[in-house]
Amino acid sequence: MAALLPLIGRRRLWTFHGGLHLPDEKALSNGRAVEGAPLPRRLIIPLLQHIGAPARPIAQVGERVLKGQLLALADGNVSACVHASSSGTLVAIEDHPVPHPSGLSAPCAVIETDGEDTWAELPEPMGGYPQLDPAEIRERIRWAGVVGLGGASFPSSVKLNPSTDHRIRTLIINGAECEPYITCDDLLMRERAGSILAGARIMRHLLGGARILIGIEDNKPEACEALRFALAETDMRGYTEIRSIPTLYPSGGEKQLIRILTGKEVPSHAIPAQIGIVCQNVGTAAAVADAVLEGRPLISRIVTVTGRAIGEPRNLEVRIGTPVSELIARAGGYRERPRKLVCGGPMMGFDLASADVPVTKSANCILALTEAEAPDPGPALACIRCGRCAEVCPAKLLPQQLYWHARAKDLDRAQDYHLFDCIECGCCAQVCPSHIPLVQYYRYAKNEVWAREQEKRSAQQARARHEARQSRLERQERERKARLRQKKASLDAAPGAGQSEQDAKKAAIAAARQRAAAKKASA
Amino acid sequence: MSGPVVSSPHGPRPYRVDRVMLEVLLALVPGVIVMTWFFGWGTLINIALATLVAVAAEASIMLLRRRPVTPAIGDYSAVVTAVLFAISVPPTLPWWMTLLGMLFAIVLVKQLYGGLGYNPFNPAMAAYVFVLVSYPVAMTTWLAPDVLAEHPLSFAESLRLIFTGALPTGLEWDALSAATPLDEMRGKLDQGLRIEEIRQSPLWGDFGGRGWEWVANGFLLGGLYLLWRRIITWHIPAAMLLALMIAAGIFWLLDPETHPFPAFHLFSGAAILGAFFIATDPVSACTTKNGQLIFGASIGLLVFAIRTWGGYPDAVAFAVLLMNIAAPTIDHYTQPRVFGHAKDRADR
Ligand code: SF4
Ligand code: SF4
Repeated sequence: MAALLPLIGRRRLWTFHGGLHLPDEKALSNGRAVEGAPLPRRLIIPLLQHIGAPARPIAQVGERVLKGQLLALADGNVSACVHASSSGTLVAIEDHPVPHPSGLSAPCAVIETDGEDTWAELPEPMGGYPQLDPAEIRERIRWAGVVGLGGASFPSSVKLNPSTDHRIRTLIINGAECEPYITCDDLLMRERAGSILAGARIMRHLLGGARILIGIEDNKPEACEALRFALAETDMRGYTEIRSIPTLYPSGGEKQLIRILTGKEVPSHAIPAQIGIVCQNVGTAAAVADAVLEGRPLISRIVTVTGRAIGEPRNLEVRIGTPVSELIARAGGYRERPRKLVCGGPMMGFDLASADVPVTKSANCILALTEAEAPDPGPALACIRCGRCAEVCPAKLLPQQLYWHARAKDLDRAQDYHLFDCIECGCCAQVCPSHIPLVQYYRYAKNEVWAREQEKRSAQQARARHEARQSRLERQERERKARLRQKKASLDAAPGAGQSEQDAKKAAIAAARQRAAAKKASA
Repeated sequence: MSGPVVSSPHGPRPYRVDRVMLEVLLALVPGVIVMTWFFGWGTLINIALATLVAVAAEASIMLLRRRPVTPAIGDYSAVVTAVLFAISVPPTLPWWMTLLGMLFAIVLVKQLYGGLGYNPFNPAMAAYVFVLVSYPVAMTTWLAPDVLAEHPLSFAESLRLIFTGALPTGLEWDALSAATPLDEMRGKLDQGLRIEEIRQSPLWGDFGGRGWEWVANGFLLGGLYLLWRRIITWHIPAAMLLALMIAAGIFWLLDPETHPFPAFHLFSGAAILGAFFIATDPVSACTTKNGQLIFGASIGLLVFAIRTWGGYPDAVAFAVLLMNIAAPTIDHYTQPRVFGHAKDRADR
């Protein structure tokens, strides 16, 4: 009986507060197998596709590059390598519009492809990785430019190298894919379940033998079945569990999924590793498997191209750097003029100003929404304090109070109401009867706080610089005075000082005489 | 904030303020029908008059403030205020008192604080109390529920009564009016009568006052509709009615001679209407869930206390207004524990 209890306990699922049941719209795009996207004439590969510092270019402009060749090196600890996703000529490294909420341009490597898609020489597969030094495997993952493919794009080699203070007991593989419309992870799980498991196995090895929990929302039974089937074929059954979780947005949020699967809450301002958990997306797991077992860098990903404005919604395997416009053309073009083009899902994605931006490692979905799918919410009314937002907030915040203070630009009060615990899931704004763009206010407030802290930091730095200069000047002054005093003291202290004084007088008188004589002579 | 609204989420929004308000109006229909049945056309005339004044006042203020008029009118919040006021006052209330009340509600209580969303007090209840304090007699003169069976007032006669104060020929006020059940109960108890004796009067139905209990049932139906449609949550109504019932129950158990049965408190006066439609006004109520429980329960207790020991027989308006004052403080002390935090509150 006692032996059964932990088993029952382990099967249990927990819940988080709030969340939304949204129409999932996944059937639009998950009916077909993943297809390849055509090779574009030009690839535009951003040097910053991850959290951290941009990669440092090492290829020369004008150089011929091969598929999989390293274009730019990870610069610093938190950074990621960038590779050529096809062969051709590196024609420029220049600013180009990139998919980013700000709509700004960023440095990109531009490759004129040659159509041959010739592979560069790739490093040896590490089939026997369990015998290798984890540092070596991590280096490979770093070389391959693997970042979190679930959206955050944090460099995976860093996340798989937790500090020694926290033993990692659980590795969570996130296959929840809770945002409506997106099906790239669904298709990946159906088609490459083996790679996902292999990648999870490698990551487990790097983390020192954690148990593996794979969480999948129950609206993806095929994916779940495929993984179960693949798991039965491996030696991983002893430490791996696949759990179907109820479909509820945002159960795929890292903190929410951890809560659902383990019952633990990641403390505010902490990372999961601090409670012994690492969470990785299914796509990341497959990319890790490719890098380690085949020596292949991350140069492509599955992108869902969907929305009712798209002719034939589907999933495409896309080379990083392919312009979004080419994907739309591959998916049958527009059925009607979209009201909105979104990168990511409808809840957390951001608007694309044009389809002339490249696909990056984090672009999981291109969404072309019709007027009916994304109607203009109209002008925002005043908050009527109905509390609907608080009912659905997965972070258990009081969005109405946060909004009140963010609007009044009272950033301190907003932080008192835990502004930084907001995960920007959009649930609150979705249900707000006053159609207030709540998330926008929170992003704005967060940016303001960051800017203010930055200002404070630079002011502090300036003050520190000023103080350093001041103290240097004072020190120099002190030293100068000290030297003078010393000199004087040494003069005073020298034996026969009176004597030398008389000598000096004599010398002065002699000099005066000489000058007078010289004057006379010249007159 | 500058720039166009480009932020997520992008999908259609299922709720809108105007729809919420329309649902509230819809939920009031059964109660209003029952009221009209027992108390005549006056209720409907009051509703129309109050709505007209409220909307006109709202529009004028928006014009004065140089704000767009349509969104303010289009959210129907002024209509809800007007209807709630109109069904709380006697169906025979002189027209200018309704006018006064509505101007007070919209101009002073609502717009002076910045309009919908910014008013700390429930406008309908503030107006009710304002008129009650200014004109206590008119505000407590109700038609007797059954009197219309003998002397039906036609629509034109009701209209004339409201606008000119003239009764149909051959009728006296004394023949038409009766104390409200709460008044009756309070007055008789103060005279030292026992509950049993008081209940001999033909004014009484099964639970509360005759007619009145059916009105309460109408509003209860509407309240359940609001719960079902998730326009309101159960917290405030349940807490308020439960607290009222428990308080009444305790005193009734202690001394059933001088304290009416708890159901009397629920089904006489404005308890049901207040619990589902008035205390739940989101703008002036508590916004945290625990806060709403405290808010609702406090209103229930206050209603009982004021009905039993206070100077006015019905107390919902006073209780709601009192708790409106306390709402921000209650909200502050009832913040939920944020995900990933050990501690509850945002103050440091
Ligand atoms: S849902 Fe909107 S209107 Fe309601 S309390 Fe929240 S912010 Fe205010
Ligand atoms: S966006 Fe932030 S405040 Fe709104 S529901 Fe999500 S976590 Fe809560």
